[in-house]
Amino acid sequence: MLSLIVFLPIIAGLVILAVPSSQKQIIRIVSLLAALAQGVLAVLIWRGYNPSLPGITGSFQYVEKVPWISLQLGGFGSLNIEYFLGVDGISITMVILTALISAIGVLSSWTIQKQVKGYFILYNLLASAMMGCFVALDFFLFYVFWEVMLLPMYFLIGIWGGPNREYAAIKFFLYTLFGSVFMLLVMIGLYFSVLDPATGNHTFSLVAMATQTNYIKGAILGPDNVFWRYVAFIVLFIGFAIKVPMFPFHTWLPDAHVEAPTPISVILAGVLLKLGTYGMIRINFPLFPEVFHASMYVIGIFGAINIIYGAFCALAQKDLKKMVAYSSISHMGYVLLGLAAGNSEGMVGALYQMFNHGTITAMLFLLVGVIYDRAHTRQIEKFGGLASYMPVYAALVTVAWFASLGLPGLSGFISEALVFVGAFSSETTRPIAMVSVLGIVFGAAYLLWSLQRMFLGQRRSDAAYDLVVGDDGHEHIHFHDWKGKLDLDGRELAMLVPLVVITIFLGIYPMPVLGMLTTSINKLVEVLSPVVMSHL
Amino acid sequence: MFELPSGAEIQSIIASLQASVGFFIPEIYLSLLFMLLIVIDLVAKGRKNNLLAITTLVGLAGSFFFIYQQHALPAGEFFFGMYVLDEFALFFKYFFVLSGMLAVVITMADEQFDSEVKSIGEYYALIVAMVIGMIMMACSSDLLMIFLSMELVSFTAYILTGYFKRNARSSEAALKYLVYGAVSSGLMVYGFSLIYGLTAQTNLIKISAELATHGYDPLVMIFSTLLVLAGFGYKIGAVPFHFWSPDVYEGAPTPITAYLSVASKAAGFALLMRFYYIAVPHDGHAYEDILGIDWLSLLILLSVASMIYGNVVALWQKNVKRLLAYSSIAHAGYLLLGIIVMDELGTQATLFYLLSYFLMNFGAFYVVILIANKTGSENLDDYRGLGKSMPLAGAALTVFLISLVGLPPTLGFIGKLMIFSALLAKGSLYMWLALIGIMTSVISLYYYMLIPLNMYLRESRHHEEKQLSPGMPAQIFMAVLMILTIYFGLFFAPLSDFAKYSSAMFGLTLH
Repeated sequence: MLSLIVFLPIIAGLVILAVPSSQKQIIRIVSLLAALAQGVLAVLIWRGYNPSLPGITGSFQYVEKVPWISLQLGGFGSLNIEYFLGVDGISITMVILTALISAIGVLSSWTIQKQVKGYFILYNLLASAMMGCFVALDFFLFYVFWEVMLLPMYFLIGIWGGPNREYAAIKFFLYTLFGSVFMLLVMIGLYFSVLDPATGNHTFSLVAMATQTNYIKGAILGPDNVFWRYVAFIVLFIGFAIKVPMFPFHTWLPDAHVEAPTPISVILAGVLLKLGTYGMIRINFPLFPEVFHASMYVIGIFGAINIIYGAFCALAQKDLKKMVAYSSISHMGYVLLGLAAGNSEGMVGALYQMFNHGTITAMLFLLVGVIYDRAHTRQIEKFGGLASYMPVYAALVTVAWFASLGLPGLSGFISEALVFVGAFSSETTRPIAMVSVLGIVFGAAYLLWSLQRMFLGQRRSDAAYDLVVGDDGHEHIHFHDWKGKLDLDGRELAMLVPLVVITIFLGIYPMPVLGMLTTSINKLVEVLSPVVMSHL
Repeated sequence: MFELPSGAEIQSIIASLQASVGFFIPEIYLSLLFMLLIVIDLVAKGRKNNLLAITTLVGLAGSFFFIYQQHALPAGEFFFGMYVLDEFALFFKYFFVLSGMLAVVITMADEQFDSEVKSIGEYYALIVAMVIGMIMMACSSDLLMIFLSMELVSFTAYILTGYFKRNARSSEAALKYLVYGAVSSGLMVYGFSLIYGLTAQTNLIKISAELATHGYDPLVMIFSTLLVLAGFGYKIGAVPFHFWSPDVYEGAPTPITAYLSVASKAAGFALLMRFYYIAVPHDGHAYEDILGIDWLSLLILLSVASMIYGNVVALWQKNVKRLLAYSSIAHAGYLLLGIIVMDELGTQATLFYLLSYFLMNFGAFYVVILIANKTGSENLDDYRGLGKSMPLAGAALTVFLISLVGLPPTLGFIGKLMIFSALLAKGSLYMWLALIGIMTSVISLYYYMLIPLNMYLRESRHHEEKQLSPGMPAQIFMAVLMILTIYFGLFFAPLSDFAKYSSAMFGLTLH
């Protein structure tokens, strides 16, 4: 089941390889079918998921575990790598999110005209790798998926991106590779330090690594090797923080977003950023719980910086997409803050925020794409008074913008509230939480301000569109060289409406997601609870 | 004065030689192939066909049979301790024959030969001669034999480098290669003579025994190992003995560049490992009185310098062959990491890395040739838009380059994984080396990606969108290499087990 959901897009990619590149529509439809099939599988997995099993250190569901590579390693013994997939409460929400965003990304890619075949092959490779990351339970397998994402992303930004795409693409590639090569060293170090209790062999299994009693005393990352455990935690954290992206490693993100085509921005904000925090939850924290405890305060501070700094940057942007990119950085800060709280409320809030950030930010980028397609500009000051001419668009923008600023009744509110409940109830993060609340105010500021400038008031004299008086005597607006429907067309509605529905539904009734999370999060909090390493 | 041997002694010498010949069959076979090629060249002169190339290919492939049979022979020394047969040597025999074959295949694809040389002449014979020389390098266990085999390889390499006689760059490369080669051989022989002076032995195992039992002057020892390192360092192309390599790689015919960068480098590594592992073992405290420097510290220095210099200087290269030359300097640095750890795992990792380097580097050069056939250029700027006009070549080259960076799911990633595993298996001792290794591999991403950047992200300056097809056999061969790079990146156990099997060296006890 999990293998199928992971490799379906790659299979679609192989099918596309055989389709002649002139058959653009077939290529798109094959991709869409694969994405929809992925969605169906995700729903099936969700229906069959038993939320009472905790996961983290065992009792994973839909487990697929076969030996993949087994070889003799010098005088060291055997090296065993397993093809080991499974989901628990933490990953299943991400699996559903990934399936959803991938499908919407395909719809959003419909307008791509240049080298369609290559685009969809890379897109499907990316979709597979993302899904693989969320279900891999073997560190080696995780690492392979993690790195396989980079190259398609590089090309997707680099070939189909905006004017400054070369710079943005290589910056993305270098930044993330810089983070992940350290992960490689930690992975090797962990392998030498952990024994699988079942077989007595060294192992890459993340499940075995999450139990501290499996570590070998005296090994490089063994329980008594405090110095290297701190180093390993920090470099792993930086590796994941680059992906989040956490201040001060965030500078690649605005560049990547501004240059990337809309669907890739959606994927980037919707799924890829979650991999950073997912990696922290799955790997970084449970493997080094004592270091996590020592650094909760620091993580919280970085979370707060993300929230406030991201909001300030967003406030200063003239480019709408860049504003959304910075708002995305700001909102990932809540995830970090919730994780830093270290209690169930904070962690549940963090994970729920990851899911909501995925849906809401995807929506924001899609909406930015809609207006960019029409006006060929994203400068906020080039618009004004759009609400009266594009009412449906304006309505959806309003929902998305309000969801993003955390209006009660929409999903973003619940997750942010949970994060703050967690952060306030933890002694460590309470002062940080007090400061972070300001982020909500600034968030409201940039979102409402942009809403006002773009949609309310009158058309500006230098706007990106003309006013024409139509046959019916009413004023309409006209975008230069835009042939399509002025307001949202069917395809755009098909992408946006599901997201809006989810946002509203989960804002009123969050239990479908929270219910899956809580058991796993409680287990995670238990794993992370202070342990005295020297007793191991 | 030497006395003439008595009749009985001569009898025993002959008997010993006869016994040794049985261990030498692949080399004899290849020598016969070499002569056969010369004869064919004489007989079939002037004919423009691939007869010579096919004969070379088939002939080289035939040698696998004889090499395979050697697995049954016990490991040991023969020819009076001049020559050795062990799993380690067998690994390199396969390696060199295979690289000889690949060199032939990519020569056949290179259209530059059609324009530069009238007759392919002794070219293929020289490739076979170089295979023999490199095999002998990997099997030498005596200082004299080491020197002779190295010179055999070097001389054939000089000729092959300058094979485009009318091409100034090719001739310049050959001359540079020769001058550097002569100097470093001279230094190496001087080092050998010092070692002989210390031990009165030329056999590596006996040198080791002599050093262990009688002691030595550490200053002389470090000086002589440094001199010997000049010879080996030149062969492997490590900093600071690398100065020849960018010019030679750029000027030489591209198949020879590929051949030198893979096979000749590997031969240097085979020799370096055998020499340092067996003759001058590192026992941790042997030379501590001399500033704490011994050959291991020298190798560490070489490795770090190569990784940093090779990767950093490559950033500014505009010519793809030159870029790959600097990258090969950097890869020499990574390979040295595996030797530095001095254990079975390290040897296994080095051999594995050589295998991965073999596949990805030959692959990269092969595509470079195919592209040069169509565009007539190896400049980065002329790679613009090739992703569209040569889709398969572009994809294949990207895979090889990704593998050279060391990203999964390619073979190069596993190579790096093995090397870093070997380093980290020693605990935190070599952590800093691993850190330098991974930091420089991030740097390498930038310059390797310059090639896909030009191929895919930039538009061709010629606006016509025409497909450039390198021909069906080349397409298939390229695809096979590409698929192998990925396949072995996902299922690398056979290669790794072979590397482990091959890490057994006669006369060696590593801890």
